[in-house]
Amino acid sequence: MNIVVCIKQVPNTTDVKIDPVTNTLIRDGVESVINPFDAYAIEEGVRLKERFGGKVTVVTMGPPQAENALKEAISLGCDEAVLVSDRKFAGSDTWATSYTLSCAIKKIGVFDVIICGKQASDGDTAQVGPGISTHLDIPQVTYVKKIEDISNSKAKVERMTEEGYDIVETPLPCLFTVVKEINSPRIPSLKGMMKAKSAKIAKWNAEDIDADPKNLGLEGSPTRVVKIFTPPPRKGGEMLKGDAAEIAEKLGELLKDIIL
Amino acid sequence: MDYLLNEQQVMIRDLARQIANEKIKPIAAKYDETEEFAWEIVKVLSDSDLFGIYIPEEYGGLGGGVLEMCIVAEELSKACGGIALGFAGTALGTYPILLYGNDEQKKRYLPDIAKGKKVAAFCITEAEAGSDAGGIKTTAKKDGDNYILNGTKQWITNAGEAEVYTVIAMTDKTKGARGASAFIVDKNMKGVDFGKKEKKLGIRSSATREVIFTDCKVPKANLISKEGMGFIVAMKTFDNSRPGVAAQALGIAQGALELAVDYSRKRVQFGQPISSFQAVQHMMADMATQIEAARALVYATARMVDSGAKNISKESSMAKLFASDVAMKVTVDAVQIFGGYGYMREYPIEKYMRDAKITQIYEGTNQVQRNVIAANLIKESIKEK
Repeated sequence: MNIVVCIKQVPNTTDVKIDPVTNTLIRDGVESVINPFDAYAIEEGVRLKERFGGKVTVVTMGPPQAENALKEAISLGCDEAVLVSDRKFAGSDTWATSYTLSCAIKKIGVFDVIICGKQASDGDTAQVGPGISTHLDIPQVTYVKKIEDISNSKAKVERMTEEGYDIVETPLPCLFTVVKEINSPRIPSLKGMMKAKSAKIAKWNAEDIDADPKNLGLEGSPTRVVKIFTPPPRKGGEMLKGDAAEIAEKLGELLKDIIL
Repeated sequence: MDYLLNEQQVMIRDLARQIANEKIKPIAAKYDETEEFAWEIVKVLSDSDLFGIYIPEEYGGLGGGVLEMCIVAEELSKACGGIALGFAGTALGTYPILLYGNDEQKKRYLPDIAKGKKVAAFCITEAEAGSDAGGIKTTAKKDGDNYILNGTKQWITNAGEAEVYTVIAMTDKTKGARGASAFIVDKNMKGVDFGKKEKKLGIRSSATREVIFTDCKVPKANLISKEGMGFIVAMKTFDNSRPGVAAQALGIAQGALELAVDYSRKRVQFGQPISSFQAVQHMMADMATQIEAARALVYATARMVDSGAKNISKESSMAKLFASDVAMKVTVDAVQIFGGYGYMREYPIEKYMRDAKITQIYEGTNQVQRNVIAANLIKESIKEK
């Protein structure tokens, strides 16, 4: 089975700063790590390989230093890695990003399963995974918490919902986005780390992946960011004191203030 | 202090540290309480290739030496000195094969140990023979192509969990220590039994049991080296493994210091963190200095062993003696810094003090280490004249 895992490098902090002019993330000076949700995608890809055989190719779109994330993925058991990198990709929104990644996956060629983390911890959109499947015109199952079985060109998975889970059967090839309930990512092995050190990472630019230039980067991105801000923290609640009748009266007054 | 580790050693250290922090720390208290053997950590260590770091590449390992073994023992012991023994006790049980085994024995046993598929144990101690290895009562009687083992080994680390046992038994009682021989015994051989699991002061997640041999038939092919070499095999094994005990002690001490420093910054008395009191500061400064001195000695000894130096007993004993005494002192002081909280089992620090004690006792008490050191001093002095 050929498995493709898409990952993203994100700043290692929950307190990301935003450029007030371009309204995009400031990444300078912040340590980059593999997006936490993508760690589950890598682990699941490697587990599928261990269960069903085959190979895992890990892909990321990003600046040259994203190579580190790919090497880490190799130390965790991925076999091959592709860095899709080009200045033309700068400013891509989720549509352009998923288009670019889908072009790269087409160039990889044969694939049965594509796995992504459910969302990235910086942008939090959860759109790139589904976007890739749309560009490739293959089925997608989001929020997968368990891959029960893959056989006869079909996959049976559990998809997490707010109240429980759905069992979904889908033909291959298909794309899954995974949640953290799906597994517990392993610690790298020494042999894996040594392999990663000497691993050759394929580097592809816009031409290599046959991408249509008008669909790339800021120009190819239909999204216009008007403003990004951190919502103000919620204020603590107020406890009303007194007997039931007093509380009811106070509550009535408060509601009146809010509604009227 | 920068010990100028090479790239691979740094990789090993960081990986062992990650395992200690992410996998061992969260469960150390639980296993201390239940006294169970932490197979889940053996699995993690084996998946990460750490069991093979001191085993040559031709036998499926990574080709490192005693220094690499020490680095891992230290890092794991920072989180739990007991769980670390699954690793360090295996190294002790493996050294007889590594040092004196023939190629066939190495091919048969080392790859599984390197992969972490099999845990190992070393059996020398008996009820009446510990530091006095000449008092061993377990016998190995030659019978055609086999040896028949009878006797009981006591306080064997990893016993019952391990698959591979290296055993010292007497092939000729009349010769005393020169009548001892070393054997490799598989857990599933007929006549191998285990006594009850011992309840201990510390390193409680480590399995300690009797290993009982009753007419246990061991093939001649499992004799390590030659008949009569058992005592030498044991002594050379200890020369290589004592830096590992020292590293375990070092890790326990370092782990305790880190907890104590962290606690001192959070604990407020008289309106300020206790880390602002000079009395506490000086304690911590002494602890850190002693630990660094111990580390310098342990790493230097490990490097000396790895260089192929012939006489390493003195240095190996010094490292074990010094690091374990430091561990005991540092962990007692760490509990003191925690005060009343430190005495409570709800807090992690008292466990470090309990775990530290064994490092002064096993693989030769610190009194025996002093004997070894003194004997070597005197021998060197005679040679010089």
